[in-house]
Amino acid sequence: MKIIVAIKQVPERDARIRIDSSGKWIALDDIEFRMNESDAYALEEALLLREAHGGEVIVLSAGPERVGQTIREALAKGADRGIHILSDSLASYDALGVARLMAAAIRDEAADLILTGLQSDDLGLGQTGVILAELLAIPHSSLILKIEKTDTGIRVLRELEDGWFQQIEMPTPALLTIQSGNTRLRYATLMGIKKAKTKELRSVEAASLGVDAVPSVTLDSVALPSRQKSTQMLTGSPAEAAAKLVEKLQQEVRVL
Amino acid sequence: MSTVLVFLEAKSDEPTRLSLEALAAGVRLAAETGSQLAAAMVGAASASGFAMLGGAAQIYAISHPLLARYTADGFTAAYAQLIAKLQPDFVLFPHSYEVRDFVPRLATRLTRVLLSDVIGFEVASGQVTADKVTFTRQLFQGKLNGHYRAASPAPVLASVQAGAFRADSPSATTATVETFTPELDAATIRTQPGEPFRAAAQTVDLGSAPLIVSVGRGIKDEANIAIVKELADALGAELAASRPICDAGWLPMERQVGSSGQTVAPKMYLAVGISGAIQHLVGMKASQCVIAINKDENAPIFEIADYGIVGDLFEVVPALTAAVRKAKG
Repeated sequence: MKIIVAIKQVPERDARIRIDSSGKWIALDDIEFRMNESDAYALEEALLLREAHGGEVIVLSAGPERVGQTIREALAKGADRGIHILSDSLASYDALGVARLMAAAIRDEAADLILTGLQSDDLGLGQTGVILAELLAIPHSSLILKIEKTDTGIRVLRELEDGWFQQIEMPTPALLTIQSGNTRLRYATLMGIKKAKTKELRSVEAASLGVDAVPSVTLDSVALPSRQKSTQMLTGSPAEAAAKLVEKLQQEVRVL
Repeated sequence: MSTVLVFLEAKSDEPTRLSLEALAAGVRLAAETGSQLAAAMVGAASASGFAMLGGAAQIYAISHPLLARYTADGFTAAYAQLIAKLQPDFVLFPHSYEVRDFVPRLATRLTRVLLSDVIGFEVASGQVTADKVTFTRQLFQGKLNGHYRAASPAPVLASVQAGAFRADSPSATTATVETFTPELDAATIRTQPGEPFRAAAQTVDLGSAPLIVSVGRGIKDEANIAIVKELADALGAELAASRPICDAGWLPMERQVGSSGQTVAPKMYLAVGISGAIQHLVGMKASQCVIAINKDENAPIFEIADYGIVGDLFEVVPALTAAVRKAKG
């Protein structure tokens, strides 16, 4: 099985959110980056499938130079090679534009399966994978927890709302967006980190892929959300704040 | 005259609550842009659920045997055909798991991008065209709002977040229900969906618990769950968690609150180390009293909390447990 895993590098989850001077994005100067969480689960599923059925796992990511670190991390965990779509201005593409770059970069690979996380932790669009499936004219399914190989393709377990699930069968090639939590993520071993340095990482300039960058939607500005409720903040030392809360629980919430 | 088209979802022939919220968003958008409102839902025109779509000028019952069970290919083709027929300026959807699954594909077929999970919109005054409406959606798990605008001609596609608009009480409508039969070919539907099923029977009914103490990612390690359990025990509360805790196997899945877990509305919901991503908030925001303990004063959970303590949970929680025990004698 030849599997492509599309991963995104995103600001670390606890990163301090400050709006930059353009008012269109956050200041990135002192931010640490990491692999998007659900993409890490997609990578894990791909590595498990390769261990069970053989084949190759190729990591695909787009963005500036620093994205190379996240691809190397995936290679250290066991992916075989990487493709980096180099762009310093990825934000000027919308989700359709990014998916078009990805489609152009991988079309010749003719993979059996393309996996990606269901949603990014920064933009949270939850669309790029599904758009990519349409561009490549292959079937897809989203919010996938399990993948099994069958004689004719794959059988997947899809999460529905409110604790319901569903099995879906489909032919390959196919694209799946992976929900987090079905497996434990592996760590890169020292040997893996060492090996990753010699694995193939091919860079492709975004501009060379012949994709129209004119977006159909634009992010005009960002703002910190306003509070919907007036929250009473209980201040002081931990003991003082705890004492104030107990008083509220007794006198106002009346649960003590 | 421009058209706002709202696609709704039905369960047992009745529109879902989230669909009625999307319809409410459509009613407002149509009023503010001077558009007519149309609604569409998969089902037979005779189904009683269509009577609940008050406010829509025109209602379409999308009917075809190949739509009996949801598939991305079938729904994409059917919706694309109705959009081609009606040429709407705006198309709204409920941001459900189904919509997340196929509407990005539908939008791509129209060379558009879905504005997903929007929490509001603002219509610029004056000449109203599709690109004059600003849609707001959340970024960074709710820590930041982004204001988006269409840069291409109509239609603009947007899905509406659960709870962002108040569903109007269903009213009888005088609008006619018209059957729309798309042309579908079984060979173009590539996925074979199985019957939906529920996992193991739930033994913890968080839905009926009057008091809930819930723990999130801020707890850092499985061993630390014990301090939150002690607080829950001191209060006589059920212990619950956000998704990452259950994903990690630190608490069983049946204790998960949120869009993929249980929906609760207790008298008191105390969130410990939970930042408040929307997937969690939709499962608990109907709670009568929300209390949040978090080290990040900007965590979205504080936006819906009645009481908040900004601090290190490893100091605050034991102090609170001691104070509760003392108060109970």
